[in-house]
Amino acid sequence: MTHSRRSLLLLLLAIAIPSGLRAQGTQVTADRLLHAGDEPQNWLTYSGSYMSQRHTLLKQVDPANVKNLELKWVFQVQSLQKFETTPLVVDGVMYITQSPNDIIALDAKTGRAFWVYHYVVSPAARPCCGIVNRGVAILGDKLFMATVDAHLVAVDTKDGHAVWNVKLGEPGAGYAMTMAPLVVKDKVIVGVAGGEFGIRGFISAFDAATGKQAWHTDTIPDPDQPGHESWRGDDWEHGGAAVWMTGSYDPDLNLTYWGTGNPGPDWNAEQRPGDNLFSDSVLALDADTGKMKWYFQFTPHDPYDYDSVQVPVLANANWNGSPRKLMLWGNRNGFFYVLDRTTGKFLQGKPFVKVNWASGLDANGRPIATPQPAGATTYPGIQGGTNWYSPSYSPSTGLFYISTWEDYGTVFEGTKAEYKQGTRFTGGANAAPIPGADNPGGGRASPVNTYTEAMGHGGVVAIDPASGERKWHFEMHDVNTSGILTTASDLLFVGGREGYFQALDARTGMLLWKQNLGGEIIAAPISFQVDGKQYVTVASGNNLFAFALRE
Amino acid sequence: MKLRSLSSRVTLSGAFVSLYCLVFAVAARAQGQDRAPEYYASDIQYGAQIFAAQCASCHGPNGDQISGVNFRAGVFKRAVTDIDLRATITNGVPGTLMQPFPFGASELTGIVSYLRNMVSYNAGGGAIGNATRGQALFAGAGNCGSCHAVNGKGPRSAPDLGDIGMLRTAELLHRTLVDPAGSMLPVNRPVHAVTKDGKAVSGRRLNEDTYTVQILDEQDRLVSLNKSDLREFTVLKTTNMPSYKDKFNAQEMADLEAYLLSLKGVK
Repeated sequence: MTHSRRSLLLLLLAIAIPSGLRAQGTQVTADRLLHAGDEPQNWLTYSGSYMSQRHTLLKQVDPANVKNLELKWVFQVQSLQKFETTPLVVDGVMYITQSPNDIIALDAKTGRAFWVYHYVVSPAARPCCGIVNRGVAILGDKLFMATVDAHLVAVDTKDGHAVWNVKLGEPGAGYAMTMAPLVVKDKVIVGVAGGEFGIRGFISAFDAATGKQAWHTDTIPDPDQPGHESWRGDDWEHGGAAVWMTGSYDPDLNLTYWGTGNPGPDWNAEQRPGDNLFSDSVLALDADTGKMKWYFQFTPHDPYDYDSVQVPVLANANWNGSPRKLMLWGNRNGFFYVLDRTTGKFLQGKPFVKVNWASGLDANGRPIATPQPAGATTYPGIQGGTNWYSPSYSPSTGLFYISTWEDYGTVFEGTKAEYKQGTRFTGGANAAPIPGADNPGGGRASPVNTYTEAMGHGGVVAIDPASGERKWHFEMHDVNTSGILTTASDLLFVGGREGYFQALDARTGMLLWKQNLGGEIIAAPISFQVDGKQYVTVASGNNLFAFALRE
Repeated sequence: MKLRSLSSRVTLSGAFVSLYCLVFAVAARAQGQDRAPEYYASDIQYGAQIFAAQCASCHGPNGDQISGVNFRAGVFKRAVTDIDLRATITNGVPGTLMQPFPFGASELTGIVSYLRNMVSYNAGGGAIGNATRGQALFAGAGNCGSCHAVNGKGPRSAPDLGDIGMLRTAELLHRTLVDPAGSMLPVNRPVHAVTKDGKAVSGRRLNEDTYTVQILDEQDRLVSLNKSDLREFTVLKTTNMPSYKDKFNAQEMADLEAYLLSLKGVK
């Protein structure tokens, strides 16, 4: 069956099933995951499909009628931690996570709960930057959740009971997990966070049925492996390179793609001479074995904490007139990259925000470093020109969309750090360019914006991958921490720190609709359809909001 | 004679240590402790370093980034005594981001000493003057009271300084007095707006987002404006506050700073 016929059939099925019986029946098979983008009534993986474009084929909401969106339901989570979940939606049932590691099954049409799975987190857990979780993965009758104390748990989709639970690392040593797992074929794949605690990063795959480990790939090579020469002495043993965002997958190449985080200690690069492979890189790993096919390092010998954990966005498009398998990457280091995802070859890279740590990239994509003098401001600052917020690629417009922090800088200061298990291993401090002013750091602690434009501002930038140039720019007053969703009707949905949820024209960047939701939006919107109605949801503050067109 | 270095790490002056004792005596009374714990300059300095490396990424450099916690202001969620503080740091707080920190005894002493003295810790190491003389300068030659209120007494055209000693280090206060425009927090800047129907609004910015701005206007009214209703909106980078660099000598500056540091809110 062709993809289009399959999706038509599934769509017809979804429409034909009477309300109230939607949740019965079909399981999410590996084959359905492979073609997740073709059943737009559902949202089956963290980024919407293995291509991670966060783009829906649904068109019911469009630029002409988006002004008629109205609130359909709200779900309030029982946690005041940052709310970063991306829901999954499977045939009318929604699965979300709330801090620290609860899974909640909801009726996607009404927001009413079926069940709650509560996971008891070890008191030894020490996630660096928030007790957060970004969502679950699904296969068959199981959901998979990575926990802040570095366990991977499988939970039954129907009754919310745990089926298996495996431990990946010592939470007391800083190993933690916040990402939504990636399911490929019969395996669940995750990486570990802990780059501020001197962990040694890795990516592991587990058998979805049993939890048995299938493969394990370290992000810092062993002494007998290539790349190890990029470390001095035993620096590699606590060199970081954490993996804390969901990867992508190309079934034709059978490659999974993962971004890696900063080397440790974060800011004192002098203490760890060398390129510090494979920190701040994208790794292409065989889905069956975990064997590395290629890597590309964005920021060698990084003193700025420029994690390269962004979701790898895959696109099939023309490059210099011929079709090519591309990877699009708006990096925390302020450059937008286009790579060939078959080989890892660097095709193009240009800054998408103000950058002064490098004057540009050489022919191989290696930065031409221009370190700033002590006490001077480095751009982008510590949180980057963007961070982990999901970008979007629209095959309809051919544009790549990314949330940005513009004109945002940090005065970095590296100091010697001593590794001590379980304590922060960051090696320095960082300050705002204006003495005493707040850095717009990990999150909004107040409804009052004390950062303001002098400390950095943000927005959404649309980039034409062919040229690497901005097509348009939607300006926000605060920096922008939101993920992005695009639709086949050429809408772009985005939130932000100010708590507004906005719909823009994806072709022009013009504001078409906005709603003040009142709480910081750090998560990414999704879309799905139930009983013939298209919904758009986003997490804001401590609530999940669902919108659809007025009747 | 005051020496000030912005870049070098510092040893604490004798004047500082006596201020710590003063600050501490007040704190100890407030907490109802029988006997005043002693804090030493070297411990405070050591604690400041540990704080920067281990604590500041969540709590912020001023210790006020976690809701309900403000170290400089002595606001803690659970801890009252130093023993409580040590226990919270050692054991963490289950269910929150506050993890257990396996610090040794001297590190704990350092951190607690620093937390208790954060309000008067001065990384720049400048001298501290006489607060009583400073208060006279504030009201008199400095003319500070013509714009700033203290605990509600005075005008609202510039921020009330009643708790400025909690919010700013000595070093930052000094910078503000020398270079007011450069040191002013961006949110406090004066703004000027003209609505499409010609109404002019000027005042101090309280908050702003992409679509709206909140202002305390010159008539002391709280005004919220939609930017789409404005034909003109200007954020001024200048300030009416003069620099005291050439107006006051080093001793006067130190006195004024001592007075500002002594302002710790209404208790």
